[in-house]
Amino acid sequence: MTTIYILWLRQIKRYVRSRARIVASLGQPLLFLLALGFGFGPVFQKAGQGNYLQFLAPGVIAMTILFTSIFSGIELLFDRQFGFLKEMLVAPVPRLLIMIGRTLGGATVALMQGMIVIAICLLAGFRPTNYSAIPLAILFMILIAIVFTALGTAIGSVLNDMQGFQMIMNFLVMPIFFLSGALFPLTGIPLALQIIAGANPLSYGVDGLRAALIGVSHFGALTDIAVLCGVSIVLLYFGARQFSRIQI
Amino acid sequence: MIRVEHLTKTYGEIHAVRDISFDVPAGEIFAFLGPNGAGKTTTIKMLTTLLRPTSGKVEIDGLDPVTHNDAVRKRFGIVFQDPSLDDELTAAENLDIHGALYGVPKRVRTERSEMLLRLFELWERRNDAVKKFSGGMRRRLEIARAMLHTPKILFLDEPTLGLDPQTRNQLWTHVKKLNEEEGMTVFLTTHYMEEADRVAHRIAIIDHGTIVALGTPAELKKQTNSETLEQAFLALTGSTVREEGADSNDQLRNMAKMFRRPR
Repeated sequence: MTTIYILWLRQIKRYVRSRARIVASLGQPLLFLLALGFGFGPVFQKAGQGNYLQFLAPGVIAMTILFTSIFSGIELLFDRQFGFLKEMLVAPVPRLLIMIGRTLGGATVALMQGMIVIAICLLAGFRPTNYSAIPLAILFMILIAIVFTALGTAIGSVLNDMQGFQMIMNFLVMPIFFLSGALFPLTGIPLALQIIAGANPLSYGVDGLRAALIGVSHFGALTDIAVLCGVSIVLLYFGARQFSRIQI
Repeated sequence: MIRVEHLTKTYGEIHAVRDISFDVPAGEIFAFLGPNGAGKTTTIKMLTTLLRPTSGKVEIDGLDPVTHNDAVRKRFGIVFQDPSLDDELTAAENLDIHGALYGVPKRVRTERSEMLLRLFELWERRNDAVKKFSGGMRRRLEIARAMLHTPKILFLDEPTLGLDPQTRNQLWTHVKKLNEEEGMTVFLTTHYMEEADRVAHRIAIIDHGTIVALGTPAELKKQTNSETLEQAFLALTGSTVREEGADSNDQLRNMAKMFRRPR
């Protein structure tokens, strides 16, 4: 228990202390929200789909959590390069506990980042239709954070240089974001895209957030929860396995 | 305290360590010397549970690192060749995490942290982030950290690399003191022969994965008819320069240097 707590606390401390990182990581969601939200707003309205900002905000929240979560897994690379990873790996504790502590820490950081973005969305004019469903929205945020921190840890355990990280960003993380329905509704899109979105865990996270915040859902909130829980178990298992295999 | 019998590690065709045997009794300072790529770090990794031996036997305080890895890990402290602190955290926090990972109770770890930070003259800086520390301060902090859980053995893998003579001198004085006062066994590697000559009780010289000589500094000098340990070392291992390929971690470290802010 102490192991999990102390490594969780480490992630939080690192996050809270790097103010530059917090500010920098808010730039992207802000840009998406303002440029796309207001830029595509009129077109979306004319197509009869209502207010685009309302539709987009849950997608941007999910995006923030996705990027922060994956990044916290990639932080393993920094730990490897600055050596702290070795310190953890020679400690007399099971690697599984180390991995759990790190993952919970990373997920908490992602959740905090998501909360800040919710506040920004509210400032930009986003209004949830049902405030009593906020706890449900937070549940979805937690699930998204766990799924992608576990994925990030699995990736971070395998990678050993920064070039690999670029490849992961371009060929995995960006597609996960763009093909998730964060930016457009999943109804009426080509079949191929529909299949890809259906296989993408983030689609269910975005959909769940929309169900909670604006009362619109493609898959249904229960399906979303079930899929996210299932995927998180698989990825946690996979991440733990990769992590336990790290050689230094 | 450390017993090694016919230890071998092979990577495919390459024999990193071949059939080495030695014994380090409790309370001894044992130096493990050799040119780059001779197998020093590979041996340390096998002794400290980070690597499985291909064949042969290792005993740390009577326990096998492969089958009892957590028990073995509690018994040693290690200072790695390259830094292993969390730069973003303070000196005190680095010690606290270590203590927690090694199951040292909160009260004991606060007390022992204070004692060690004072001993290594870091107490005034305990609440500063490690990234503000100089190379020597980081090394001292790493040794303090390795001592926090009162290990029976201290492994030091080239701890003085890149430090100035003053800092090196001070560091070895501390290590000797810990060895004498707490009776701790020390296993060290270094490229500075005069350091090994000064602090080590016994020295093993390893080359191409085998131990080519073992004895007290005086014995090694006598065996090779040399004035200094450096001459003895060169007589035993020859004077060809060894090449070592950079692994991906070295490359990563070079990348990190590029992105680091100058301070």
